Amino acid sequence: MAFISSGYNPAKPMENRITDIGPRHFTDFLPPVIKKNFGKWLYHEILEPGVLMHKAESGDEVYTVRCGGARLMTVTHIREICDVADKFADGHLRFTTRNNIEFMLESKDKALELKKYLNAQKFEGGSYKFPVGGTGAGVTNIVHTQGWVHCHTPATDASGTVKATMDVVFEEFQNMRLPAPVRISMACCLNMCGAVHCSDIAILGIHRKPPMIDNKILDNLCEVPLAVAACPTGAIRPTKIEIDGQKYNTVAVKEERCMFCGNCYTMCPAMPLADKEGDGIALMVGGKISNRITKPAFSKVVVPFIPNEPPRWPTMTAVIKKILDAYSADARKYERLGDWATRIGWERFFEKCDLEFSEHLIDDFRDPAYYTWRQTTQFKF
Amino acid sequence: MAKHKTPLLDQLESGPWPSFVSDIKQECDSRAKNEKGIEFQIPADCPDDLLGVLELSYKDGETHWKHGGIVGVFGYGGGVIGRYCDQPEMFPGVAHFHTVRVNQPSGKFYTTEFLRQLCDLWEFRGSGLTNMHGATGDIVFIGTTTPQLEEIFFELTHNLNTDLGGSGSNLRTPATCMGMSRCEFACYDTQALCYDMTNEYQDELHRPAFPYKFKFKFDGCPNGCVASIARSDFSVIGTWRDAIRIDQKAVAGYVGGEIAPNAGAHAGRDWGKFDIQKEVIDLCPSECMSYEGGKLAINDKECVRCMHCINTMPQALRIGNDRGASIFVGAKAPILDGAQMGSLLVPFVKVDADNEYREIKDVVEGIWDLWMEEGKNRERLGETMKRMGFNKIIEAAGVPFDSRQVQEPRTNPYIFWKAEDVEGGWDRDISDYRKRHKL
Ligand code: SF4
Ligand code: SF4
Repeated sequence: MAFISSGYNPAKPMENRITDIGPRHFTDFLPPVIKKNFGKWLYHEILEPGVLMHKAESGDEVYTVRCGGARLMTVTHIREICDVADKFADGHLRFTTRNNIEFMLESKDKALELKKYLNAQKFEGGSYKFPVGGTGAGVTNIVHTQGWVHCHTPATDASGTVKATMDVVFEEFQNMRLPAPVRISMACCLNMCGAVHCSDIAILGIHRKPPMIDNKILDNLCEVPLAVAACPTGAIRPTKIEIDGQKYNTVAVKEERCMFCGNCYTMCPAMPLADKEGDGIALMVGGKISNRITKPAFSKVVVPFIPNEPPRWPTMTAVIKKILDAYSADARKYERLGDWATRIGWERFFEKCDLEFSEHLIDDFRDPAYYTWRQTTQFKF
Repeated sequence: MAKHKTPLLDQLESGPWPSFVSDIKQECDSRAKNEKGIEFQIPADCPDDLLGVLELSYKDGETHWKHGGIVGVFGYGGGVIGRYCDQPEMFPGVAHFHTVRVNQPSGKFYTTEFLRQLCDLWEFRGSGLTNMHGATGDIVFIGTTTPQLEEIFFELTHNLNTDLGGSGSNLRTPATCMGMSRCEFACYDTQALCYDMTNEYQDELHRPAFPYKFKFKFDGCPNGCVASIARSDFSVIGTWRDAIRIDQKAVAGYVGGEIAPNAGAHAGRDWGKFDIQKEVIDLCPSECMSYEGGKLAINDKECVRCMHCINTMPQALRIGNDRGASIFVGAKAPILDGAQMGSLLVPFVKVDADNEYREIKDVVEGIWDLWMEEGKNRERLGETMKRMGFNKIIEAAGVPFDSRQVQEPRTNPYIFWKAEDVEGGWDRDISDYRKRHKL
């Protein structure tokens, strides 16, 4: 494995250096039919699950075939995607916000042929490579974070929980039979790089044990004031401690004040809090970001904790399925999951979804908590 | 032959959804065979070791990745995230395994030529594992070693004509919906604005100078396909001020059942015959529509542009012609002070490429000046807003106060009047007062 340089010379780092050029211009990559009709689209139709048709003012039509994919993908797999695009779509493709892959073609027959082709591609292990779907009133691909694959603060895995969930709801990916779209999102800790806080169903990794404190190394590893300031509830204070006659500058944690956000660990690696028994999943529901009919809304915690059960998280996926089924059976056409819950009342939501209500579901964090308590005699028995 | 036994992960190879485990295994095979005779610049078996360390996490219920540490390319503070494994002896291939964020093209369109170039680079100098795409939108290259970073950057800028994205306390890689490229709802060219703003603020993107991260996201319409109102400190959402354009013939087509409602999105279930009263008129949140005598009427002055009717009858209804965007600020996930939705700062702004989007940039720069001055370490704009009051942000942005900025007026009368608001100011004389009021 000899080191091969591309031309960078560490002795003269500024030589030939190019910086701040930004991304490639998107027009370099648009398929010709898209470029030609840019900004001149009339309407679209979903011809069947995973196949869209967009009509332009010019009369041009573009057929899009959408397929799901694990967002963690290898270059071998991306090259397979490229092969498909070369074969069917003149070497063009795009990714959606939710990590689906889209191929754009100019004829319906070719699109349907591509759909068949994509649905026939399987990994050696047996799963689909490019399942077509993810459109309309169904479940589309799950946006998610890194989890145990590559992150330093997760309370659960991301790729695994997502794979397990998508397997369980797969029929809803390939069908459009729900009352409205259901967006599932996954974040492996409260940092929420994945911003699951506005999703119909959110899978969220959480910790339940306060940080341990590595007293002997803390002062070498981190700035004590930063660790103290990192805590949103003021649970951390600086202190000194004596171990085997040796004095150490360190911090102390008022444990009953800890809300397990992990922010201290992000600022100070000497305060780890991840733990096999302590960590697991909270499920949130009823968020949305579109302004359609009702306002954008936050997701609400409806299951405070489910243990991590790798590799397939069966308890978690069973609860998700239960919620999805209850919603599907009861909600009106166009009604998002959260709007359904608001209409029937959250007390009824827990009943219909067969979920238990516990003290952990009553908000007790600062001002926003107050706005979630009930201040009316209008409730349901 | 697999390097590590992965009985737990292997269970994720079954089931219909594409298996990342199967995919990583094919990468392991490809690197082991190395049919193209590539001189891999990081350990060839790093995907094997990644599976190994992930299997260990599945057993332990805990991550085995350590904190970053400072790594990056010369002159940039963002774009690379340091990552080290806490079991380097067991998994030497991933002992050092840094993430590289590459700025994705607006709307995430690609040619296979460009994607293949990315793949070649990442196979040669990295693990061959990627996220397409990360939560902020970047192309995420997972796993390489420190000596490769400058080389990767050199190749990206010299041969692929592209740049790193953002990480750390700086502007994060701006993201956009697909906009006008293939969406009839786009009220402005989201991709062009995203591209322009990304380039305008390269310094802020690559050299952290902010209290914490800052995200721009651009949605073409209130449907919000990139979730800008929930996920970005500065969210630009397309809108219009005039009338929704109606094609009555197509309305009749929907009513008569010739055209499927909602573009066919509900085709998987028999919901009965389309009922325009129930499905459109009655669901309009501003109750500004009516359907009488076979004619659809909209009282556009009262319309709140929620998109429902347009989504439901895309062939009959189209967005208006007087288009622009609304600006929302301060959205964030719960860390640290609870989740916040973006708050409406500017109800309407023209999105004008001819003056290089100056109106929008003025708002951005005004807000940054305040936030960089007053924001605490690791405080998102939303939190600064809450702490200082929205009024301060409105002033900093240099935009007018407007009833649209609130859901309802304040319910408490504790108004922070300023001295200049009051006749005679605040300077008063106590002895003068005492002349009138004895103790
Ligand atoms: S959400 Fe948390 S655990 Fe997950 S990728 Fe982000 S920082 Fe890591
Ligand atoms: S946000 Fe609006 S304009 Fe953008 S892609 Fe979505 S529907 Fe289209």
